[in-house]
Amino acid sequence: MATDPHRAIAAAFNIERPKLIASLTRITRDVGLAEELAQDAFETALQEWRESGVPAKPGAWLMLTAKRKALDAHRRKRMASQKYDELGRELREEENTAPDFDTALDDDIGDDLLRLIFTACHPVLNPEARVALTLRLLGGLTTEEIARAFIVPEPTIAQRIVRAKRTIADANLPYEVPHGEELSERLAAVLEVIYLIFNEGYAATSGENWMRPALCEEALRLGRVLAELAPDEPEVHGLVALMEIQMSRFAARTDANGEVILLLDQNRARWDRLLIRRGLAAIDRAHEACAKLSCLPGSYLLQAELAACHARANKAEETDWAKIVGIYGALAKLSPSPVIELNRAVALGMLMGPQAGLEIVDALAKEPSLKNYYLLPAVRGDLLAKLDRKDEARSEFERAAAMTQNERERAVMLRRSATV
Amino acid sequence: MRFMIIVKATKDSEAAKPGTDEMFKAMADYHEELQKAGVLMDGSGLKPSSFGWRFTWKDGKKTQTDGPFAETKELVAGFTLIQCKTREEAFEWTKRFPNPGFDAGEIEVRELYSLDDFDSPQVERFRKMEMKSQS
Repeated sequence: MATDPHRAIAAAFNIERPKLIASLTRITRDVGLAEELAQDAFETALQEWRESGVPAKPGAWLMLTAKRKALDAHRRKRMASQKYDELGRELREEENTAPDFDTALDDDIGDDLLRLIFTACHPVLNPEARVALTLRLLGGLTTEEIARAFIVPEPTIAQRIVRAKRTIADANLPYEVPHGEELSERLAAVLEVIYLIFNEGYAATSGENWMRPALCEEALRLGRVLAELAPDEPEVHGLVALMEIQMSRFAARTDANGEVILLLDQNRARWDRLLIRRGLAAIDRAHEACAKLSCLPGSYLLQAELAACHARANKAEETDWAKIVGIYGALAKLSPSPVIELNRAVALGMLMGPQAGLEIVDALAKEPSLKNYYLLPAVRGDLLAKLDRKDEARSEFERAAAMTQNERERAVMLRRSATV
Repeated sequence: MRFMIIVKATKDSEAAKPGTDEMFKAMADYHEELQKAGVLMDGSGLKPSSFGWRFTWKDGKKTQTDGPFAETKELVAGFTLIQCKTREEAFEWTKRFPNPGFDAGEIEVRELYSLDDFDSPQVERFRKMEMKSQS
């Protein structure tokens, strides 16, 4: 394969970059500095590898180079002597012992990466900042790629990342992996960021923006990385399972015009069976982790189970609606919400007929939080149509169309109204 | 982008000769790195061709033959499936694949076709522009 040397070196670097930044952050306790040092190491690699080619162990080479630069930076900055000694000692140890760089790297890498993930997703940052920082430090996306993915000017993203690093530096966060109760909260923040990135990529407008599938893939990859680093956490596996299965439908979700195709109408031959298999395996891992902790399934695992019900059905008619109703029941117990109740109504309607679903939807009619939720009249319209109450159905779809800001959604609602 | 790393058969793999501990360790370590990086999708070893069979179409006829098959060089002993952002990244990962053989060994890497529904000419033009601007 004829490779442009710059791109070959960049590819090798991108593979090592998150681990580099993670370890350098441990050493310098400064995420921004760590990123700069990693970039410096890359520049050096560009020069030196252009002649000699990418070395057999690029990670070790880059780490050593970056650590030397860190030492130089410390000398120049006259850092607190303790840090200087610590760094100097670490460097001398590496140079004096047999060059078994792999061990020197591996011992701390897992912990370092986990700490970096927790730092990038720290609640002291707002969600936008967490997303941008995570994609930049762990995802290896360029500022330009992040900007294009979120349809935001590049300088905005650049500023967002600069401010995020400053906030982290100013907050003087303890540099450790959280434990106990704090771990659950912080982990929830991390999973939230990953799923935010995934949903951004999965949104219905993906047909127009080719960065969008890359976002999904990156979120999925980050989830898998986290699953390796925190294998005992059920919700990590739950989120990975959910993303694997949702991703499996990516090619089937939109038609040639970029219009969204509802799950029950999708051509299941276009569902990616490999991703479904991986998602189901992740669900198993989540349950094993739950069993070890004697805990109940969390929200992501339950949502993954929902997705799995659809994934297991070769045809829409074969969907196990009873199981789906049950899962919504469990979700409702975990975190009751009118939206979950609405979804349960849809499932119950599929299982026991539209009248059963309609009873629940009617009970939600006065629900204040659903006042501007277009899916409420949309679902009601669908159930009424199935009950042959056509005029009522039509007016519900029209109400739904008026409620939504989204052009595509409105078009779908108007189309449903016209074809009742 | 998905790539399949095809491990070619050798006389030893056809004889089901087990690898050395070092070989297993190298292979396991490598796949663990793929797993930790979130790029490993799937993979498996294949039993020797003596366990398999062929269907061959020629001159309008279909014939069936049982393994083993003589042309070792054409046989597959295993595969690993990875997901990467770019061809260059895949190249770098596959460069690190350990020698699957005792002495002689070969892997071949092929990109998978994808159900890509972003095949519009406009997107392709944009992609080409992006590739140019990155180099």
